[in-house]
Amino acid sequence: MTEVLSAPLVVEFPFTRSLGPVQSAFLTGLRERAVLGVRTADGKVLVPPVEYDPRTAEELRDLVEVATTGTVTTWAWNPDPRRGQPLGSPFAWVLVRLDGADTSLLHALDAPGPDAVRTGMRVRVRWAAERTGAITDIACFEPYEEGEPVVHQVTPHSGEFAGEAAVTGIVAAARLDYTYSPGRAQSQYIRALSGRRTVGERCPSCRKVYVPPRGACPTCGVATDEQVEVGPRGTVTTFCVVNIKAKNLDIEVPYVYAHIALDGADLALHGRIGGIPYDQVRMGLRVEPVWTDGGRYPDHYRPTGEPDADYDTYKELV
Amino acid sequence: MAEYAGPGTRDVAIVAFGQTDHRRTSDEFSEVEMLMPVLHEVLAATGLKTSDIGFTCSGSSDYLAGRAFSFTMALDGVGAWPPISESHVEMDGAWALYEAWVKLQTGEADTALVYSYGKSSPGSVRDVLTRQLDPYYVAPLWPDSVALAALQAQALIDAGDTDEPALAGIAARSRNAARGNSHAQLGGSVPQGDYVVRPLRTGDCPPIGDGAAAVVLAAGERARELCERPAWIRGIDHRIEPHGLGVRDLTDSPSTRLAAERAGAFAGPVDTAELHAPFTSQEVVLRKALRLGDDVTVNPSGGALAANPVMAAGLIRLGEAAARVHRGASDRALAHATSGPCLQQNLVAVLEGDPR
Ligand SMILES: [Zn+2]
Repeated sequence: MTEVLSAPLVVEFPFTRSLGPVQSAFLTGLRERAVLGVRTADGKVLVPPVEYDPRTAEELRDLVEVATTGTVTTWAWNPDPRRGQPLGSPFAWVLVRLDGADTSLLHALDAPGPDAVRTGMRVRVRWAAERTGAITDIACFEPYEEGEPVVHQVTPHSGEFAGEAAVTGIVAAARLDYTYSPGRAQSQYIRALSGRRTVGERCPSCRKVYVPPRGACPTCGVATDEQVEVGPRGTVTTFCVVNIKAKNLDIEVPYVYAHIALDGADLALHGRIGGIPYDQVRMGLRVEPVWTDGGRYPDHYRPTGEPDADYDTYKELV
Repeated sequence: MAEYAGPGTRDVAIVAFGQTDHRRTSDEFSEVEMLMPVLHEVLAATGLKTSDIGFTCSGSSDYLAGRAFSFTMALDGVGAWPPISESHVEMDGAWALYEAWVKLQTGEADTALVYSYGKSSPGSVRDVLTRQLDPYYVAPLWPDSVALAALQAQALIDAGDTDEPALAGIAARSRNAARGNSHAQLGGSVPQGDYVVRPLRTGDCPPIGDGAAAVVLAAGERARELCERPAWIRGIDHRIEPHGLGVRDLTDSPSTRLAAERAGAFAGPVDTAELHAPFTSQEVVLRKALRLGDDVTVNPSGGALAANPVMAAGLIRLGEAAARVHRGASDRALAHATSGPCLQQNLVAVLEGDPR
């Protein structure tokens, strides 16, 4: 069995999310160093505020301002902060019920150690120096032992703040790191490609040869295991003309992208056709791969000069 | 095909269950390569071919291994061409089983193949799971799955519902039970270790690993043809908590209790419960919500503390409970599956064997 390949894979994307009126007021408030909640029909104040009542699904719009001090309702000591978390040195995760609120907000508490943290302890917001209208505008909480628990009278709030425009959306960056392994069948395929050979796998049941192999025959639902070298030549089974230049791709348009059935394969793979004007590419055209120095797969396919393949020889692969 | 007579009126049973050996890594297999043997195992157990199956439903998440559309590639292992009647949920396979059960209730199918798989090894599952959280107020803080479970555990300790020695006891009982489970990833004597996020120690957390599972469902007489002692699904229901963690009472699970009520779990005693509690502290919550006494055998498989292939561990609870009914070790079993942080969503099923 060939050694299985692996490679680092980073999945990274910024999600752009729009905000409803309550979320917008809350995040705008954080930017302006105020914490807003929303009042439900039965008089409860939810912080962080939501657009709909979690119990009744009723629309909520009755905003109030609560205090920036509160009480820890539960906590967990994090000895080893991970990427993206609010603090870089050990801290406590906390749920904090701000004075005036009936629910708790999740955030970090900056404390010297677990012995300095307990349920019921008094804390206050530490604001981030630069605030953009995001939950991270609260840098973290910090101990506030001199602050006695108080019955805080919430004050009604319009949700509007002077100064900059209200926050109407957030960009949430997400990055996840993987070490990707393609498994047995695809590892063998990629290894063969490094020697400029295309190796598919044959289904033991229906005898079809799959290129690239994925390890299973989708018709029979069984493992494919017999290695079969195919090509290098093949037949264009269908194609399209690309007229829009792709980002980060240095290929002049228009060009042809085609399905190519390599000789001996029962599934067409796809590739670019070169070495022929785009408007002369046709179904049945016989092609061969063109490799570039150091290329890990064919750069493109070009005509072999053979007569075109008869339609009957490839019609099952269109 | 039967006439549709309303939900829950058709007798549907789990007639076969299979699972992989769960392991820390499975680099040598793609997802379909990992999954295929368990699909073949349950089909062989029933003598069914793909073409005999009325409905196929799967559960998985592409985020785990970072492989886009992995569920469509997993279908290769079923033999999905010519086209089959098929569906997928981006959830634990227990919810795929629920969808298949509904399909069988409609009378549109008499048999169903349900499978799920998860490869946590390529990524960092603690971080991956943060991406399922509220994207406005919670996800930007990247609170990992252990941190959130630890907040729940501390709330339970504060409430006097448990303490660290009791949690260690749950861990030890589970890993000891897993000695009898050849598929388990972690069994025997496992040290409680250091705090991962206090108050949870290594031993309170599930192993991280890869695995897959599959079951076959069948209705009515078809079930009796395919299995000597079918595990009849007498009731099944799933419910959800409010998504705001600070809105919930983390020491209780009203959604589990409601799902159990609707599934008929309280209508009579159960002898076995397979609970999907990835963290020791969550077993405390579930026992309370489900009113399980000491006479109930809880997680004889070792549960998710012995093997926790994310997206399959809930389906495995249903499969393990059914397998005990199949082999006569249980007459009435409860199976539970969860999804999301701190037992966010919960599914409960009651399985029964025919009287002996
Ligand atoms: Zn085949």
